[in-house]
This record gives sequence, structure tokens and C-alpha cells, in this order.
Amino acid sequence: MAGAGGGGCPAGGNDLQWCFSQVKGAVDEDVAEADIISTVEFNYSGDLLATGDKGGRVVIFQREQENKSRPHSRGEYNVYSTFQSHEPEFDYLKSLEIEEKINKIRWLPQQNAAHFLLSTNDKTIKLWKISERDKRAEGYNLKDEDGRLRDPFRITALRVPILKPMDLMVEASPRRIFANAHTYHINSISVNSDHETYLSADDLRINLWHLEVTDRSFNIVDIKPVNMEELTEVITAAEFHPLQCNVFVYSSSKGTIRLCDMRSSALCDRHSKFFEEPEDPSSRSFFSEIISSISDVKFSHSGRYMMTRDYLSVKVWDLNMESRPVETHQVHEYLRSKLCSLYENDCVFDKFECCWSGSDSAIMTGSYNNFFRMFDRNTRRDVTLEASRENSKPRASLKPRKVCTGGKRKKDEISVDSLDFNKKILHTAWHPAENVIAVAATNNLYIFQDKVN
Amino acid sequence: MAGAAGPGTGPGAARGDGDDSLYPIAVLIDELRNEDVQLRLNSIKKLSTIALALGVERTRTELLPFLTDTIYDEDEVLLALAEQLGNFTGLVGGPDFAHCLLPPLESLATVEETVVRDKAVESLRQISQEHTPVALEAHFVPLVKRLASGDWFTSRTSACGLFSVCYPRASNAVKAEIRQHFRSLCSDDTPMVRRAAASKLGEFAKVLELDSVKSEIVPLFTNLASDEQDSVRLLAVEACVSIAQLLSQDDLEALVMPTLRQAAEDKSWRVRYMVADKFSELQKAVGPKITLNDLIPAFQNLLKDCEAEVRAAAAHKVKELCENLPTEGRETIIMNQILPFIKELVSDTNQHVKSALASVIMGLSTILGKENTIEHLLPLFLAQLKDECPEVRLNIISNLDCVNEVIGIRQLSQSLLPAIVELAEDAKWRVRLAIIEYMPLLAGQLGVEFFDEKLNSLCMAWLVDHVYAIREAATSNLMKLVQKFGTEWAQNTIVPKVLVMANDPNYLHRMTTLFCINALSEACGQEITTKQMLPIVLKMAGDQVANVRFNVAKSLQKIGPILDTDALQEEVKPVLQKLGQDEDMDVKYFAQEAISVLALA
Repeated sequence: MAGAGGGGCPAGGNDLQWCFSQVKGAVDEDVAEADIISTVEFNYSGDLLATGDKGGRVVIFQREQENKSRPHSRGEYNVYSTFQSHEPEFDYLKSLEIEEKINKIRWLPQQNAAHFLLSTNDKTIKLWKISERDKRAEGYNLKDEDGRLRDPFRITALRVPILKPMDLMVEASPRRIFANAHTYHINSISVNSDHETYLSADDLRINLWHLEVTDRSFNIVDIKPVNMEELTEVITAAEFHPLQCNVFVYSSSKGTIRLCDMRSSALCDRHSKFFEEPEDPSSRSFFSEIISSISDVKFSHSGRYMMTRDYLSVKVWDLNMESRPVETHQVHEYLRSKLCSLYENDCVFDKFECCWSGSDSAIMTGSYNNFFRMFDRNTRRDVTLEASRENSKPRASLKPRKVCTGGKRKKDEISVDSLDFNKKILHTAWHPAENVIAVAATNNLYIFQDKVN
Repeated sequence: MAGAAGPGTGPGAARGDGDDSLYPIAVLIDELRNEDVQLRLNSIKKLSTIALALGVERTRTELLPFLTDTIYDEDEVLLALAEQLGNFTGLVGGPDFAHCLLPPLESLATVEETVVRDKAVESLRQISQEHTPVALEAHFVPLVKRLASGDWFTSRTSACGLFSVCYPRASNAVKAEIRQHFRSLCSDDTPMVRRAAASKLGEFAKVLELDSVKSEIVPLFTNLASDEQDSVRLLAVEACVSIAQLLSQDDLEALVMPTLRQAAEDKSWRVRYMVADKFSELQKAVGPKITLNDLIPAFQNLLKDCEAEVRAAAAHKVKELCENLPTEGRETIIMNQILPFIKELVSDTNQHVKSALASVIMGLSTILGKENTIEHLLPLFLAQLKDECPEVRLNIISNLDCVNEVIGIRQLSQSLLPAIVELAEDAKWRVRLAIIEYMPLLAGQLGVEFFDEKLNSLCMAWLVDHVYAIREAATSNLMKLVQKFGTEWAQNTIVPKVLVMANDPNYLHRMTTLFCINALSEACGQEITTKQMLPIVLKMAGDQVANVRFNVAKSLQKIGPILDTDALQEEVKPVLQKLGQDEDMDVKYFAQEAISVLALA
């Protein structure tokens, strides 16, 4: 493990110094659509990091063991396995193309030497096994080592194959395919703490699956109105509580979050808790509803809090208080005056995700211009950092960035008008125990670490 | 390596050159690694042949080490391997060498696929019986301990299933260790392992000394029954059944009942569902006294649970519960404590609950007797026969035989008929199919007269249903009716109507005539077949639709054996020969097939 030690996360007061570690992906300005990263996820130990892309591929990086000769290179992540998880399909009954884009990846808790993950596109969830093989059987009866067939009549003794060591081979094999349960696009999958079930959510429904059963799932939430013209909100994200197997939450396009208890009934149409912040009537505008739509919801590791991301802010809720969030952090408040143009170029519908640090003391979420934001919950300090190749010398510290909102631009500041809205950071992940983060910037994956003193 | 077949390698390991008996074995061994899963599977399934040819020593020293490391394969291959190894003791040299089979099974017991793991555990259990007591402690118990303290929870879950087989044969010191290992698995960090432990708790309790059951199993049971994970708590309910059987009434009351009461009122509906689902087993395990004091009130609560799944599961158990009550005082208990709740369920808001009740409610009539049935149950049957949900009505109709024995079906016929007619015309073809399947039963109970009057027309209408499955079922229904009512009835009521359809403008209906004839000819016998059916079939050989013509050929092949030789030679043969020259390929094919089957060439 790295020098920081388990659980070493932004300590109060001591501001964390992030430095560059690695960048993955092509340098080319010309980005192929299929190479755009669409999800990033660490496994439970943090030793593996998975990304999915719009081309339906999953790439898994493995952390190298500590290298004694280079004490300062703390375990880098290198490609461990790459496989095609989903292929483009065509639904002939509905005349719809089904993209291969990986919407979400979720790791399963490790159960044996192999690793398992769930990956999903809009319609189909797959369970993948990633396993290693380092032995190969040798010796046939009917042919020689070089493959020449032997004369069957000259076989005088039986040979049992023997196993010889070989170069390590990593195999990814599809173990289960969970299909045909979603009419709308799947936006979330989440594994239950009972390790045997998981949920999948689309725009209007949430289904509960058993990891070993592919031919049936149970519908636990259905908000589809009888008449689709009465549709006023959709499900935008859903997640299981990390410790309580019976609790899950789902967020809606109206900015609210519902918490359901699966103990009370089989169908969870009635929520147990309803989290909503009263709207400030003075700031109401045409965009209010659009920007209040929640794009991601994540429980803290402790299970006490949850975090929601909407277009301009990220909020932390205490599960015991439904009336308002305990923290609200502005991600890019300077965009409030730009909503018109962001609406015109569709950016206002971007779905930013958010994540917790391993100790829940800090949170991270993305913005535009390859900027991403970190908020320390103890010190209440926040910082804007940039994922860029310009500063990608090994162990170079990341300089905080500033966006100027007023008329006069200071040195080192960047004006709102010169932000590049095509460079957006939607997906980020934080190592579960250490200060290592993975930030997906279009087709590049940046890995940053805290600076070891 | 290849030349290693030394002396003493067993009868199959032939020496000398050019022994072709080795060839098939050589193929089998090579195909253990074929790219085609099916071939690998075949080889694994013939593993005993391979082992026999290699002899016991090479099986132990070469084949088993190879198999131990083949856990990369497809699940179905691994499953077959795990199964084979359970019967391999003889092939490795008998009980003295049974422990050689442990390594491959141990690695199979850690794979992620539950079916494979379970099969490996099953084989290990089988093999444990073949170990001598000494070998058991020297080889098997260490294996169990290794699995129980393994890093991965797949191995720990597998261990849970092995304690009960080695415990009874172990020495006291080892027994204490085994109990200790089981205890720690019951409080494992991962819910997977706790579930495995909970599901084996009952089985383990059965092999333990009574004192240990009380001092060790009961606390484990109590803990698991209050686990934070619903999925663990619900398994404790199952364990309750086994543990209850081992304890005296007093111990039961003091040690187990508090937990069971708690489970019946658990916050999670899945746990309450489990109590409802296991109700009969629980009832038997705790005995009549506790049943009356505790279980009946609990059951009443389950019948009016707020979750429909729980009510449905409880409703399913109504009949069994009543049956298992002690005969003395049974009627009073049912009438006063159960029936009022059942009455509520008849008008439940959830159709699954009503349908679950409908599938068992008729069974109460035999328990309650004629008078109570007429007075109390009949109104409920009638209400359910009029239920808006077809499944409820169907479940009542499909259990009519229970009532028939007690009060006779006539009591019901007034309400029965509209219900049947409505189901017969239901928009869902599966509902129609289900009611068709009950027709022979209904016909038998209602008698010919009633049938002719009310139901015959329905049966004929199904023959022209627009769904093929219904027409097909209607055809075989006719055959069963003929078997019930006899050939004379067939000749008068069925056959004429079937034959009329031969002139229908719709070719699908004309084909139905042929299908009916196929089904009916045997039941009707030679005379009716020759005189009434054959002419129609022969006439249809000139149909303009090829599908009809080749079905004529098929029908002739079917009814041929019933006809006498004259009819065959003089009537059937020329027609088949003509069809054999048909311009349509299929017609030709089936005509020629009929000719050869009937030996008319």
C-alpha cells in the first residue's frame, strides 16, 4: 500500500496537495466517439480500476505492487484486461438502435480469486468474471508436441496431460446476461449489501435482481403513469444503502430523493422518506426545474449521509433530516448567468456524477473546461483543479484554478467566456482507502495522488 | 512421460505395441482438453473409463493432480466433474485412498458458481462416509477446517455443508474444534457465509449432543434470527423447524418460541413470508399445544398481513394447517379461529391472495363435513366462482373433486355453469386452455345429460377457436370425452359435427376435422372409423390446399392400423398412390411415408 496509509484522507486544516500520477488514452486532438469514457469505478480494495466507454469496451487497470527500486513511484495503474462488454444492437420490434455505450460499471465484493463486475448499457446488464490463468496443460495422446498426428496403431501407452506454468493470462468471460427487463434506458445499477441481489433503474422503473437468476427480476418501483401524457418526472439515479440491505434511494428529475424500505412491502411505490429542499421563490426562472434535476446520488461509506448532484451544486443530506441538505456546495455558480446558452447547446442536460473520499471527509465532482471540484467537508475549503496534459509531468503538483466572474481578470484566472464547454468531466472515482482519484476527461483517464511529504 | 506405463498399472493399462484397445481411451483423454465444450463434457462423463484404463496408481498420481487444476473450465464441465468424483473411491484404490479425491473437490468447492460448489460439497459428503475414522481426522477434518478459515467466502460457504458429516465420527477433542469453527462461521463478516451457516444450522443441530444443542446451537440460532440482514433472518426460520424437533416442550417454549414469535412479527415482510411458507413444518415441529397457543394467533396475523405476498403464502397453507390440527376439537378451532379470517380473504384486494385461497379452500370441505360445507363454505365457493379474476374461478373449478366427494357437485352446478361459460370465452387463450383441460373431469362429475345440454356446444366451439393451441387441446379433449361417455355417444353427438367441418370454407377448420379423426379413431373403434370417418378423409384427398392433402396422408397413416385389410387395399391404397404423385413435395413425402408404414407398396 502507498505511504499515506489506509484511510489517510484530507485531514482537517492540512490542505491536500494533489499531484499528477498518470494519464491514459490517446493524445490526439481528434477524438473518436467510441473512445469517450462513460464510467469510472474502483473496486472494493482499490487495486483495480474499471472504465467503460461509448464503444462498449471495458478496460480494467491494476495497481502495480510497490517498487523498491523506485520508492517514490507509488503503485501505478496499468492495463490488466480489456474486453468488449456490449455490442451495438437493433431492437426489431421497436425499430430502435441500442447503443453499446457502457452506462455504469459496478464491482461485486470479491468472493474468490476471480473478480466480478456488472456492466450495463441502455438495456442489458452483464456480469463479467475476470480471472487469471498461469498454467497450461501439455501432452496429447494422438498428436506430437508439434501437432503432427500419430498413427493410432502405434499408441503404446496412455499419456495424462500435465500442467506447466505459463505467462499470466487474464481472461474476461461473461457469466450472466440480465436482459429484457427494461423498457426505458437504464441509468443506474447498484449491488446490495446482502451480496446476492442488485437493483437496476431506468427512467420509470426500478427492478430487483438476484445475481444468480437471469430469467426474472422483481419490479420494486414503478412511477409510470397510466397515461404517459401525465408524466411529470423521471427517475435519474438509484442506489442501495451500503450497510442496510433493505434501504435504497432514488432521485428524480424534480430534484427530490425518495428513500424506500423494502421490508415494509414487496412493491416500494410508497417511500419511507422524502428529501426535498424548499424552493426559493425569488430565484425561480424558466431553468429552475431543469437545473434542479438530480444527475447522481451516492451514499457515504458510513451510510449516514447521501450526496446529490444537480446542475450547479452538490448537496449532502443527513438521512435523518428530510427537510433540507446539511451542506450545499456550489460547483460552478458562475454559470447561472449563462444558462440560456447552455440550454441552447444542450449542456444544461449534462449528467455530472459525484463521489466521496474513502473517509467521507471530502467530495469530488466535475465541471467544464476539464475542471473538477473538491470540497473538504471539515475545513469547508474547496478547490478547482484541472485535468490537462500540459501539467502532466510525473509528480507535478496540480495548481488550483480560478474562474473570474467579474469584469477584471486577474493573472492566472480564466474568464467564464473562455471556458471550453466541450471538455467536461462527468465521471470521477475516488480510491476507497487512499487519496488516489481517477478523473475521466473525454477519452483520457487521469490519475492523481496526494503528495507524500 | 508417455512411456511411464510401468508394471502394476492396472488391468486396462495394456502394454506392447499396437494395442488398439488403447485408442478410444487415448481419444477420451485428449478430448478432456478439446475446444468443444460438448466433447470435454463427454470425456468428463466417462472419467471412470479413463481411470479404469489408467489403473488406480496413475489415477492418483497423474489424473487427479491434472483435474485439481482444471477449475478454469465451463460450469457444466465442472459440475459433471464434481459429480463424477463423488463416485470415484473404487477407482483410486478403495477407502484407504479416498482422501486422494479431496484436493480436486476442494478446489471445486471454491468456485463462484453455486451449483458447482454445491455438487462438490455433495460429493465430499459422500466421500466422507468412505473414510475410516482415522483417515477422517487425518485428512477430511483438516480439509473442512481449511475451507472454514479460507480467505474467500466461497470456500467458507462450502465448509458449512461439511460439518454435519464429520462431526458424529470425530473424537471429542475434534468435535469441540468443529463446533468452534461452525460458531465463527455463524458470525462471519459476509452475509453469504452467514446465510450458508444459517441454512445448515438445523442439519448440524441434529448431529449434536442435546446439551450442545441447548448451550451452543440455540444462541447461534437466536443471533442469526436477529441478524441485520433480512436474507439471513429468514433462513433462521427454516432452522427453527429442525431445532424444534430436538427439544422438549419446555425447552422449546423457553429457548425457541420467543425467537419464532419475533420472526412472525418481523419488520421485514420477507421474514414473515418465510414463516407463512414454512407454517406446516413449524406446526408439526412444535406440536399441538404450542400450535394452539402460539401458532394459530400468529397465523391469523399472517392472514391479515399488510403485505399481499405474505397473505398469499399464508392462504396457501390454510388447508394443511387445518388438516394437521388434532382431530379432537378441530372443527371448533377451524370454525371459530380460522374461518372468519378466510371469509375476509375471499374479498381480498389482491388477486394472488384470492387465487391462492381458491386453490386450497375446497379441501376444507372434507375436514368440515357436509353440513358445515353447505352452510359455511358453499357461500365462499360461490363467491369465488363469481370472482372477477379468472384464475380464482379456475382454481375453484380445478378442485371440484374435493367438494364432489362431500356434497356432490349438483349443489354448485347453478353457479358453475356461468363460470365455466365465461372462462371458456375468456379473452386470454391460456385461460381457455386451462378450462378445456378440466372438461373431462367436469364431464365425469356432471354426467352425460348435463354435459350434452350445457357444455357440448362449448367443446365444439373450441374446435374453431382462432388459436391453434386451443384447437389442439379441444381435439384431445374430445378423445377423453369419448373415453368417458363411450362410442355410442360419440357416434351420435360428436362425430357428425366433426365431419361437417370437412366442408368448411376455412382450410384450418378442414384440417381440424382431420386432427379430430386422428384423435378419435382409436377411441371410436373400427366400425365407426371405417364407415363414417374414412370416406370423409378419402374425399378430402382432393382438397385444393396442399396442407390439407398431406394431412390426409398423415391421417391415413394414423388410422390405417385400425382399418381392415380390404379397406386398406381397396380404398386407402389408391388414394395414397395418387397423393404419392402429387405435384406438392410435402404431400408426396407424407403419402410415401404412409405407404411404407402401412406396408402398401
